[in-house]
Amino acid sequence: MAKMTMIQALNLALRQEMEKDDGVIILGEDVGVDGGVFRATDGLIAQFGEQRVLDTPLAESAIAGMSIGMAVYGLKPVCEIQFSGFSYQTFHQIENHAARLRWRSQGRYHVPLVLRTPYGGGVRALEHHSESREIYWAHTPGLKMVIPSGPRNARALLVSAMRDPDPVIFYESKALYRAFREEVPDEAETMPIGKSKIVRQGRDLTMISYGAMMRPTLEAAAVLKEKEGVEAEVIDLLTVSPLDDELFVQSVLKTGRAVVVHEAPRSFGPGAEIITRLMEKAFYYLEAPIERVTGYDVITPLFARENAYIPNTQRILRGARKALKK
Amino acid sequence: MPRKEINVADKVEYLSILDENGELDTDLEPDISEEILLKLHRSMVLGRKFDERLLNLQRQGRIGTFPPISGQEAAHLGTAAALEPSDWFVPAFREAAAEIWRGRSLESFIMYYNGFAEGAFIPPDRNDLPVSVPVGSQILHAVGLAWAAKYRQTDRVAMAFFGDGATSQGDFHEGLNFAGVFQTPAIFVCQNNQWAISIPRTKQTRSETIAQKALAYGIPGIQVDGNDILAAYTAAKEAVDRARSAGGPTLIECVTYRLTVHTTADDPKRYRTDEEVAQWKKRDPIPRFQKYLLDKGLLSDEKIDAIESAVVDEIQAAVDNAEKQMKTMGDPMHIFEHAYAEMPAFLKEQKEDFARGLEEMSEEGRNG
Repeated sequence: MAKMTMIQALNLALRQEMEKDDGVIILGEDVGVDGGVFRATDGLIAQFGEQRVLDTPLAESAIAGMSIGMAVYGLKPVCEIQFSGFSYQTFHQIENHAARLRWRSQGRYHVPLVLRTPYGGGVRALEHHSESREIYWAHTPGLKMVIPSGPRNARALLVSAMRDPDPVIFYESKALYRAFREEVPDEAETMPIGKSKIVRQGRDLTMISYGAMMRPTLEAAAVLKEKEGVEAEVIDLLTVSPLDDELFVQSVLKTGRAVVVHEAPRSFGPGAEIITRLMEKAFYYLEAPIERVTGYDVITPLFARENAYIPNTQRILRGARKALKK
Repeated sequence: MPRKEINVADKVEYLSILDENGELDTDLEPDISEEILLKLHRSMVLGRKFDERLLNLQRQGRIGTFPPISGQEAAHLGTAAALEPSDWFVPAFREAAAEIWRGRSLESFIMYYNGFAEGAFIPPDRNDLPVSVPVGSQILHAVGLAWAAKYRQTDRVAMAFFGDGATSQGDFHEGLNFAGVFQTPAIFVCQNNQWAISIPRTKQTRSETIAQKALAYGIPGIQVDGNDILAAYTAAKEAVDRARSAGGPTLIECVTYRLTVHTTADDPKRYRTDEEVAQWKKRDPIPRFQKYLLDKGLLSDEKIDAIESAVVDEIQAAVDNAEKQMKTMGDPMHIFEHAYAEMPAFLKEQKEDFARGLEEMSEEGRNG
């Protein structure tokens, strides 16, 4: 056990899996000599050499497309796209091929690549460096879309992603990279992709979120307990797609009230799918309309005003209190 | 014959007029008016001093992340100076001296790098696009602008800027190909500053030059000493004149160097040596141009000092002015602006709810 930041935990996951499996190949812009702009791949080129850690030319579509070829061959490419704002150039390759080759080849081929990319705001960055657009990937059949919320689950989920037979889009909150430390076991542990987790037990309200929004959501839950005596149950999705609705449906059957929190824009966002599942599976148990606290349907603002955009504890509390009315 | 050679154009010119010591090749000296020469000099000095000040402000936490231009002033300013104001200027994000040349205010940079979107506003009297961060993506926009300028029977041209890293992107190749096929009046200016963050030019492409990539698309390509403003200007002027007279597009590779960081979030010590940087400092574009102007009798050491001091004052006034203005720019409701021509109903609802939330929170604040 060692206390680690998320960026260190991700580095550990990559290193251990590379030690275990010589088919794991890292590729991306500045992932080698520079160790990645956030240092997720720090030291890997020194340990594994240029054959396994590829500093590529600057071309996101090529990084994704080449990864597909490697994956079809049987390797495990873990490609890094420097910021999710530049991942859209990979979309053509990921949507048209990574997500479809299993189906198109009727099971002959599969594409076990992992596309890691930092997402989300909160680090005072330039345009295209603060978006939360997980829904593009979550909306694409054939892909898995994973978003960890802390060092330990980030490490475990990344190991699972590297061992997964299907393409996994792995969003890492850059605001969480160095936000806090957690005990991370020395031995590689995994976490099932497609399984959510109850991180706080409660009976009065269900709060559903993931990624960077877990911290303000848990803070809001603590305030609700302290100020109003409300026991909120908090669920960390961990995987956005395939969406695990079992835990949150069970929770809402018990609480009758729910609030969904995400940084992504509101319309057609993850909340829309989560709430629909609740309508389908828990409608008669609902005591109040389900609330969602989300980014707005605007271009993600530059950092002077990003705090107006990103849901914070106060906004989550406001949504939770609405869901608790009546 | 089953196998024979096909003769394709394989010639790429290299142009240098002022060498790194400021020695002039008199045969190649361009005809630039004294007024423009002095204006170019002042703009280079302003670009450099402003860059240094921004770096300083960033280190003090008074602006956020930004990409410095130091060392590349001649490359982007010399080429942009060949444009008419009515031409289209399509920057990447490391062309600050050219943006200022085109009329962008210093204040707008400070606001933009403080995270205020207002800083990217382009007044209607300038045919410039805002900075484009996704590498190479803007190259295609210049092709479209140039095509439209031709379709509308104007004599305008479009000039796109990008770095050596961008030449690996599909958009670069697609842009040059389209421009070649449609013979659009576009000029592609590559500021080859040797480094795409940590990746050196030699690992970006196996090609000996970037200029030669033009040949594959059937358009002219030229490599210039990008730290020689006379060479950058001369190549750009030829390309602009050719484009304006229906001669089609050109690729210009300006060989230059990023003297500082990629952005202020970058640490170049991880990937390049101080010796390399020191070698390039000797090839700084500013002193050699000053030597040329001194030799021509257009400048004196006293005049240079006076220009530097005036430029520093101008920057200080802009910093003061921007910081004063930003104090009144905090309104968070601004985030709802400019997403659509007309705000859709769902967004109006969100905006109203946002305002109510602000009010409730301030009430809670008042009630303790």
